[in-house]
Amino acid sequence: MDKPLSSHLNIEQPQDIGAYQAVGGYQGFLAALEQAPQKVQQQVKESGLKGRGGAGFATGEKWRFVPMGDDAPKQKYLICNADEMEPGTFKDRWLMEGAPHLLLEGVMIAAYAIGASQAFIFLRGEYRLCARRLQQAIDEAKQAGLLGENIRGSGFGLNILLHQSAGRYICGEETALLNALEGKRANPRAKPPFPQVVGLFGRPTIVNNCETLCNLPGILRHGVQWYQQLSDSPDAGTKIYGISGRVKKAGLWELPMGVSAGHILSLAGGMQDGRKLRGWLPGGASTDFLLPEHLELPMGFDAIAKAGSRLGTGGIIALDDGHCPVGMVLNLLQFFAQESCGWCTPCRDGLPWAVEILSRMEVGKGTQEDLDELSRLCDFMWIGKTFCALAPGAVEPLRSALKYFADDFAEHVDKGRCRYRH
Amino acid sequence: MNQSIPIRTLHESLTEAEREAVEAACSHYEQRPAAAIDALMIVQQQRGWVDDERLYALAELLGMSATELEGVATFYNHIYRQPVGRHVIHLCNSISCWLQDVGALEQHLCERLSIRMGQTSQTGQITLLPNVCLGCCDKAPAMMLDGELIMDLDKDKLDSILDKLQGEGNG
Ligand SMILES: Cc1cc2nc3c(=O)[nH]c(=O)nc-3n(C[C@H](O)[C@H](O)[C@H](O)COP(=O)(O)O)c2cc1C
Ligand code: SF4
Repeated sequence: MDKPLSSHLNIEQPQDIGAYQAVGGYQGFLAALEQAPQKVQQQVKESGLKGRGGAGFATGEKWRFVPMGDDAPKQKYLICNADEMEPGTFKDRWLMEGAPHLLLEGVMIAAYAIGASQAFIFLRGEYRLCARRLQQAIDEAKQAGLLGENIRGSGFGLNILLHQSAGRYICGEETALLNALEGKRANPRAKPPFPQVVGLFGRPTIVNNCETLCNLPGILRHGVQWYQQLSDSPDAGTKIYGISGRVKKAGLWELPMGVSAGHILSLAGGMQDGRKLRGWLPGGASTDFLLPEHLELPMGFDAIAKAGSRLGTGGIIALDDGHCPVGMVLNLLQFFAQESCGWCTPCRDGLPWAVEILSRMEVGKGTQEDLDELSRLCDFMWIGKTFCALAPGAVEPLRSALKYFADDFAEHVDKGRCRYRH
Repeated sequence: MNQSIPIRTLHESLTEAEREAVEAACSHYEQRPAAAIDALMIVQQQRGWVDDERLYALAELLGMSATELEGVATFYNHIYRQPVGRHVIHLCNSISCWLQDVGALEQHLCERLSIRMGQTSQTGQITLLPNVCLGCCDKAPAMMLDGELIMDLDKDKLDSILDKLQGEGNG
């Protein structure tokens, strides 16, 4: 099976530019330079690539709104979203540590396609090894004349700047990211105007996830048909799937889009001895719980949505029978409450409120009214009632836990204790 | 609006090297305030944390008000507006580490250092802070020590790290 994202990935010692080029690296970018930017956009659109940042938005479709041509603003920006702070998600770190040149090539292709002469990699500050390796790769690419002015005589010039953030989950939300990069408090912005038209410093801007960009070199080098045959599911290409929790061997695997969650669990060797799977989050903390009976579902955008959850980042978190579902939801909601940017009331006040109730419940002091209140809070923070998707993301594990683990919640209330606590 | 701002009081507050590094960061962006995080980090790397005097100086250098810069500084988990110890531990407390019972490790750390989460040990050697998911979920539990990730933690590993850090002071 083709593994265009990881076949040359080496976490111990990533390829330098020479080794990367020796196996065809940067040929996708050079192929792009031979074509008009709009043709590159067209190919990416036809490939069917969907964003890997969590929402699954079609990449070509997103780019289409960037003003192009002679009348378009001269300054445009391409931003790689490498803020990866979604709990249970660690795929972008793997890609950047193990294949920094692959990401750079993706950034170059995207920047060329939208006509951006400046790109930023917005990296979470905790990923220092990524920073060192990316900076080294950028320096090598400059030396090799793949960055800078008039690259290979094409007339196209590009600089890539690595920006290290200082740790705040909301910076990963694309409009908050723009404010963060401008040196403002990173509250999200109202849309419209959309970043494609009015983005960083008011210029047309595209924000794409790190893994999304890593898909581009293969598409440009091998073509649309090759990309589509990588997977026989409705979603094209491969995906870095992962799993963590009490499994035998947590990790990451590049697999065709749409393999089953059960397959990923089996690659991890199944659950640890003596542990049973009770539920799982398909793609990070902000996705709804699913049950063991859902394991055979394809891990694709539509199939997981139909089952009532979201593919999200594709990083599965497995809940085992040695941990309390109420405790798990409490941990998740504490994260969201802490990381709320505080801009809008339902989120700023609703999340700490939910945490307070769950904390009570976890130590056996919750009531039936508390359970009703949690359901009300889910409604109060749902899509359309908050300024951005953070709060609805927090609601997803909560509302699904209330549904699937209703007995556990009821037991905490009825018996006045948590059976997992000694 | 973004011409360089005359430098007056800054001379005593920031070192020449710090000012130069901030200027270099500013040159990367269309607008000077965009270098706010870089600037705060430059100072923090030199001094361990960002005190009020440096915050005022940086604000002036960046062409923003001190309150604006304070709003940025306090927004981030990794900009310290209070003094920290010589070493800083950030222990991950998110879900994948929670599932590996990181709580027991936190308790162990607190007991050994005789502090609570968020405090600095009496000798000023180690500050203990929480961190959201460090992206090491396959090798949980994880922490960050002075900026570097350490994974697959257990009590023994923690003890040997602490022994080494605490030994430094006497050696
Ligand atoms: C609270 C929040 C945090 C997010 N964090 C990230 C992140 O760390 N990385 C990321 O790529 N996308 C993140 N996103 C999604 C981005 O807003 C955006 O959709 C994504 O970067 C688009 O890239 P894509 O089209 O390539 O998927 C986040 C969204 C929200 C609401
Ligand atoms: S939903 Fe939460 S994170 Fe998003 S804008 Fe409102 S307060 Fe901020």
